[in-house]
Amino acid sequence: MTNSNLTRRGVLKTGAVTGAGLALPTIFTSRASAFTNEPTGSTVKFGFNVPQTGPYAEEGLDELRAQELAVEHLNGMGDGGMLQTFSSKALDGTGILGKKVEFVTGDTQTKSDAARASAKSMIEKDGVVMINGGSSSGVAVAVQGLCQEAGIIFMAGLTHSNDTTGKDRKANGFRHFFNAYMSGAALAPVLEKAYGTERRAYHLTADYTWGYTQQESIQASTEALGWQTVNNVLTPVGAGDFSSYITPVLQSGADVLILNHYGGDMVNSLTQAVQFGLRDKQVNGKNFEIVVPLYSELMAEGAGANIKGVYGSMNWNWQLQDPGTKAFVKSFGEKYGRPPSNSAHTCYVQTLLYADAVARAGSFNPCAVVEALEDFDFDGMGNGPTTYRGADHQCFKDVLVMKGAENPTTQFDVLEIVEVTPRAQVEYAPDHPMFGGAEASLGECNDGA
Amino acid sequence: MFGLSAKDTRFLLIVVFLTLATPILLQPFPETSSLAQFNAGYPDLMQKFAIFGIFAIGFNILFGLTGYLSFGHAAFLGVGSYTVVWMYKLLGYNVLPGLVLAVIISALFALLIGFISLRRSGIYFSILTLAFAQMSYNLAYSVLTPITNGETGLQVYSNDPQILMGENSPTSPHLFGLVMRDSVQVDVGGWLFTFNIGYYFCAIIAILAFYISLRIFRSPFGMMLRAIKTNQTRMNYTGLNSRPYTLAAFVISGMYAGLAGGLLASMDPLAGAERMQWTASGEVVLMTILGGAGTLMGPVLGAGFIKYCENIFSKINDGVLHGWFAFMPDGLEDFVIALIHPFVGKGWHLTLGILFMLVVIFLPGGLVEGGQRLARLFRRKRKAGGPSRKDPEHRPNPEPHVAE
Repeated sequence: MTNSNLTRRGVLKTGAVTGAGLALPTIFTSRASAFTNEPTGSTVKFGFNVPQTGPYAEEGLDELRAQELAVEHLNGMGDGGMLQTFSSKALDGTGILGKKVEFVTGDTQTKSDAARASAKSMIEKDGVVMINGGSSSGVAVAVQGLCQEAGIIFMAGLTHSNDTTGKDRKANGFRHFFNAYMSGAALAPVLEKAYGTERRAYHLTADYTWGYTQQESIQASTEALGWQTVNNVLTPVGAGDFSSYITPVLQSGADVLILNHYGGDMVNSLTQAVQFGLRDKQVNGKNFEIVVPLYSELMAEGAGANIKGVYGSMNWNWQLQDPGTKAFVKSFGEKYGRPPSNSAHTCYVQTLLYADAVARAGSFNPCAVVEALEDFDFDGMGNGPTTYRGADHQCFKDVLVMKGAENPTTQFDVLEIVEVTPRAQVEYAPDHPMFGGAEASLGECNDGA
Repeated sequence: MFGLSAKDTRFLLIVVFLTLATPILLQPFPETSSLAQFNAGYPDLMQKFAIFGIFAIGFNILFGLTGYLSFGHAAFLGVGSYTVVWMYKLLGYNVLPGLVLAVIISALFALLIGFISLRRSGIYFSILTLAFAQMSYNLAYSVLTPITNGETGLQVYSNDPQILMGENSPTSPHLFGLVMRDSVQVDVGGWLFTFNIGYYFCAIIAILAFYISLRIFRSPFGMMLRAIKTNQTRMNYTGLNSRPYTLAAFVISGMYAGLAGGLLASMDPLAGAERMQWTASGEVVLMTILGGAGTLMGPVLGAGFIKYCENIFSKINDGVLHGWFAFMPDGLEDFVIALIHPFVGKGWHLTLGILFMLVVIFLPGGLVEGGQRLARLFRRKRKAGGPSRKDPEHRPNPEPHVAE
């Protein structure tokens, strides 16, 4: 049934409104800027995109604490933290290029979609010039791609997969955290010293991208020692119960179990492996051993006493004794009453590095920042002399090999530093086959203009 | 007009107006005011409103009309997204081939899942669809990594074939040169309005989707679906085989979901496996119930409501709160912030949960019922008495909420 009433007055009214609507854009000029979100006022905005809900929420909240601290230090509040020990002196505690630093926060939920939605709202609504944070490689790769398209800088948080600065590397993205290859290269000599060259390894690997790259890296570096790889079993993420995966390990003739798990999965798999008595067994005339290639403080806390004597690697630890670490631990401890985690450290350092690059470049233009960060050598940030390599935007620095402490005194020192593996030992060529080979490229820097 | 009654035409025109004016309506506060935090008129969120509106409209065709509660619609969303991104990788950044294929593939997928799941009804149907969706999610997350790129999500790389890409083609999703990401920003005395091409593309498709759903609701086919919801057993006794109807409804709503998924990838060229997770399936159920199941406008309102909570409340942190309550004396300020703190930022789920409970308890018909009650309140004031409903065609009353 059709029924429409057109009156003369109605038509005139609609016409007038439509006309006014069409004319509006020509009356008011649209905003023009040289690059995406160019800061024009007296402030500049950073976006801190961390998981606040979901499995890595604890880590995300620690990152947020560190980022808030970094902003305080940039704006000249507090004791300045690592700004005192940072080798570059371009920052003076008066904001960046005379602009006060503000920030917005978002929840990645550890999901690529949610993280991109949150990052987009920061870019489109809040007008941020840089996004920092995150606690998963999938999310980091997704947000890095978004920042590349939008024309702002992405300073990755905790992301350990080779892909972030490997096959998924982007010109606008930078990673300070270490990666799976470095874990393997750093762990190998320590494992050789502790367990010898005649070992048979059994891998349990989280069934997703990060797990694959870590397993690949560890297998390569242990096989270089002369170890054999008996088997690699993929386990679903968030499985909770790993008993059915652990039982076959004993029958396989392996004498080392390598757990390529992170977060809650690692806590569960390690706890169950220890409960099954794996570490009390003798196989091939040797003690059965467990290795967890990537450690974090929160995982160590969760696994409790089971972690004693288990080797792993870390990007940084608050127990280091250099002046940069001491300054950071002091100001973080005074503000929050606890030592920072290694994900907090990496986010803090990334925020300062970005600010410093802007100050040295004299511009917030992302391409100028990229140029300032590429092949930038610095020190005093807790990791010793460090370089941001221009070819893949990966930081190169010493890697820590950790061990579960035998006699921890507080909940914060359940891990102890075994060795600081020098940077030369964990370096690789930018076109290494594990990092996308010769095909991988950063592409062109994008400033969104 | 358009084969609709006068009332429905008016309704459709209102929807068209609201959709087209969204960039202005969602930006009620000036940029510099502290309430600008609540503005939602930025491209990404507006696109989400339109896309999840389509998703919920489609879901409502199945759930609202037949009463079959599917807990696995996110699988079709994911399939649509993966299809579109694969078309980017193989052909080029034009969204059209991908969107068409997304609808076709999700229809086939829905046919397969529907054919099996619809052998059961009620809770068993829900569990079957949930199982299928969760299976798809796990496959996409790990086993099918070569096709889906696993946890990282499927993206376009510079070394992909993209055989239809010319020298000067845009390097992000576009429709024959209209780049989805482009927008015009208009500054009107402090208010900043963003008119985004991608949003208007989604909005036009959403209006079409809404129109088709309106026609389905008013058609004999829609009537048959309602009959299934009312009493399927009795229908079977009268000799009618209801399964082809439910299967058709299932496939149609699967196509809507595939279209929505395809649009998500058209706005942002990435497809992640989480899009298929059961939480995503649950979300569309929430949207539909929150807005009003079985009503035309309800699911769209519900979708907007949930996406608004997710994107706006999650971004209010303590720093923002301190900014708002700075005028209060120190002790009081801290107290008020401590009160609000659990509900914003990381606590946005809590806010959403409470609102959902309030709606379900006090407005079983969803937000639409809330609107109707308000309207009735005003109408009663205006003309006391009189016939409450004038409908010469004696259409049936809107279905009551399914849980009643």
